[in-house]
Amino acid sequence: MGSANDLVLTGVSKRFGSFVAVDDLDLTVPAGSFFALLGPSGCGKTTTLRMIAGLETPTGGRITLGADDITALKPYRRPVNTVFQSYALFPHMTIAENVAFGLRRSGTRDVKDQVAAMLEMVELGDYGRRKPAQLSGGQQQRVALARALINRPRVLLLDEPLGALDLKLRRQMQIELKQIQTEVETTFVHVTHDQEEAMTMADTVAVMNAGVIEQMGRPEDLYEHPSTTFVANFLGQSNLIRGELGGAEQADVVVDVHGTRLLAPGAQVPDGGREVWVGIRPEKVTLAAAGAGALRGANVLESGVVTDASFTGVSTQYLVRMPWGQELMVFEQNTGQHKGFVVGDTVDLHWVPDHTFLLDAGQDSAAGVERETVP
Amino acid sequence: MSDTEERRGGLVGYVLLLPAGAWLTLFFVVPLVTLVSTSFYDPAGSLELGYRVTGQVTNYASVLSDYSEQFLRSLGYAATATLVCVLLGYPLAYAIAFKAGRWRNLMLVAVIAPFFTSFLIRTLSWQLILADQGWVVDTLQFLHLLGEDGRLLATPVAVVTGITYNFLPFMVLPLYASLEKIDPRLIEAGSDLYASPFTTFRTVTLPLSLPGLVAGTLLTFIPAAGDYINAQLLGNTRTQMIGNVIQKLFDGGSYPEAAALSVTLMAVIVVLVLAYVRRAGTEDLV
Repeated sequence: MGSANDLVLTGVSKRFGSFVAVDDLDLTVPAGSFFALLGPSGCGKTTTLRMIAGLETPTGGRITLGADDITALKPYRRPVNTVFQSYALFPHMTIAENVAFGLRRSGTRDVKDQVAAMLEMVELGDYGRRKPAQLSGGQQQRVALARALINRPRVLLLDEPLGALDLKLRRQMQIELKQIQTEVETTFVHVTHDQEEAMTMADTVAVMNAGVIEQMGRPEDLYEHPSTTFVANFLGQSNLIRGELGGAEQADVVVDVHGTRLLAPGAQVPDGGREVWVGIRPEKVTLAAAGAGALRGANVLESGVVTDASFTGVSTQYLVRMPWGQELMVFEQNTGQHKGFVVGDTVDLHWVPDHTFLLDAGQDSAAGVERETVP
Repeated sequence: MSDTEERRGGLVGYVLLLPAGAWLTLFFVVPLVTLVSTSFYDPAGSLELGYRVTGQVTNYASVLSDYSEQFLRSLGYAATATLVCVLLGYPLAYAIAFKAGRWRNLMLVAVIAPFFTSFLIRTLSWQLILADQGWVVDTLQFLHLLGEDGRLLATPVAVVTGITYNFLPFMVLPLYASLEKIDPRLIEAGSDLYASPFTTFRTVTLPLSLPGLVAGTLLTFIPAAGDYINAQLLGNTRTQMIGNVIQKLFDGGSYPEAAALSVTLMAVIVVLVLAYVRRAGTEDLV
């Protein structure tokens, strides 16, 4: 293991005519990690994957795998295999023939035993003689996985592998995929537009937008400390409020938000002007009746009016109109400890300053919001 | 309730079958029965004097002994032309399906375009192309591929060339249809699984295009085996095919023998096609 098998992309670009699909991308995927490339459709994530597979040639830059430069290597000479979107199983071959395909090309011995063992691993031991069309979507998905994994690739690429499955099966396959990855210790590069899928499975998530990587890191870090408005909105939901930076106060910085003084962790003050976006996740906020006391040191925004309250079972999701006209989202856990609010109630918003994040005000506060559009 | 609905559904099916069924009965079944029964007539009769249905099989015996040469020649020419059609048509269909891009429709029109001219005119124009003083013969003689007094017209080469030309679209179109249906991701998957472009073609593209290849070879071979225009216009007396013989017997009023020859040709083709389709195993394909 170690860095000997890291997948490294250096300054990789791909242009189709005048359209820049991937723009000067630098990326290091540590060997053995479960890496997710997350982004909306058209962000360049699939093109990036296809360049790693060798199915597209980069317009510029280098792709290396350990010590080997694979940039110009033909796809059939790369120690990389792909689980295709919609699987691309060979319809004229049986399941066993599909899985054996790669081994037969490399002239391996005991193909039959390996195929049987691999089918057993994906729990399709009895299905070897069937044709792909005779299998359900989830089973076909597992065959595609087995067909790629049996070759022991140094990197396994997964292109929206769960996109065609229904929600319940998708959840189940997320867990199975993660288990298999832990078992085989192969580097997985997983392309998806589903933020929940990326966060539940991957060790490292790279959020991609318009051909560049917006931010990369552990799912928790991305969620708690987004560095751009796009990431703040694309991963979960965020309230972004206009503010002006003031002085420092111990480890915190003071931000003036429409006349209210708030605190934010000083560690992540964006470069640039004094104008900032003050971000807070809806589930981090608690609602209190107007004027009710807050915990010492809490950030408080006063005199909001509840304009919408929707009960979802686990939580109640509120929309609160603030005195400056903006509507903020608040998700309250349904712990049953206090009565909910109704539309028209005047409320204060409280949260712990540590949960606040600050973003450069030069960015569009709505970037990445329409994440429900399926590719 | 569902029972009556089902019955009505069945009835609608039969009603829909009726026009085509009547057409086929009138213009296929009746002539076929007539053809087969004519083949058993006593050859001593004639149209003017009438025939006697003697049920004898001597017609078959005599045509098989008299015309076996033309029979084998027909099958040989048809098989050769079909093979050349595959060699020419497969790359063409492949190029149209995978490489033509925005030229695809134009190329398909070009494949079909010859149909806008009559079959006869197109075959006659090959007489000019292959003529002794034509540029093709001149060029081949210049390159010493053809002797000083060598010729193309009135040779087996001319007949096979004509058949190949006339039936090439029937090979290209079904091949194109089945190649075009192949998901390009399957070819990418082959390449991703260590198969070189040639291996991918052999193991993925070719098997998946087999239905089109089988359809194309049948659509070429069957009419080619019964063709007589090409042999008549481009061949000589030694390149006669079974179609020419049938036509000659027919013109000469030897109806029973012409019928026997036709039935034999049909039977041979049916047997060959069945053996071929079974061997190709196309019913197994998705």
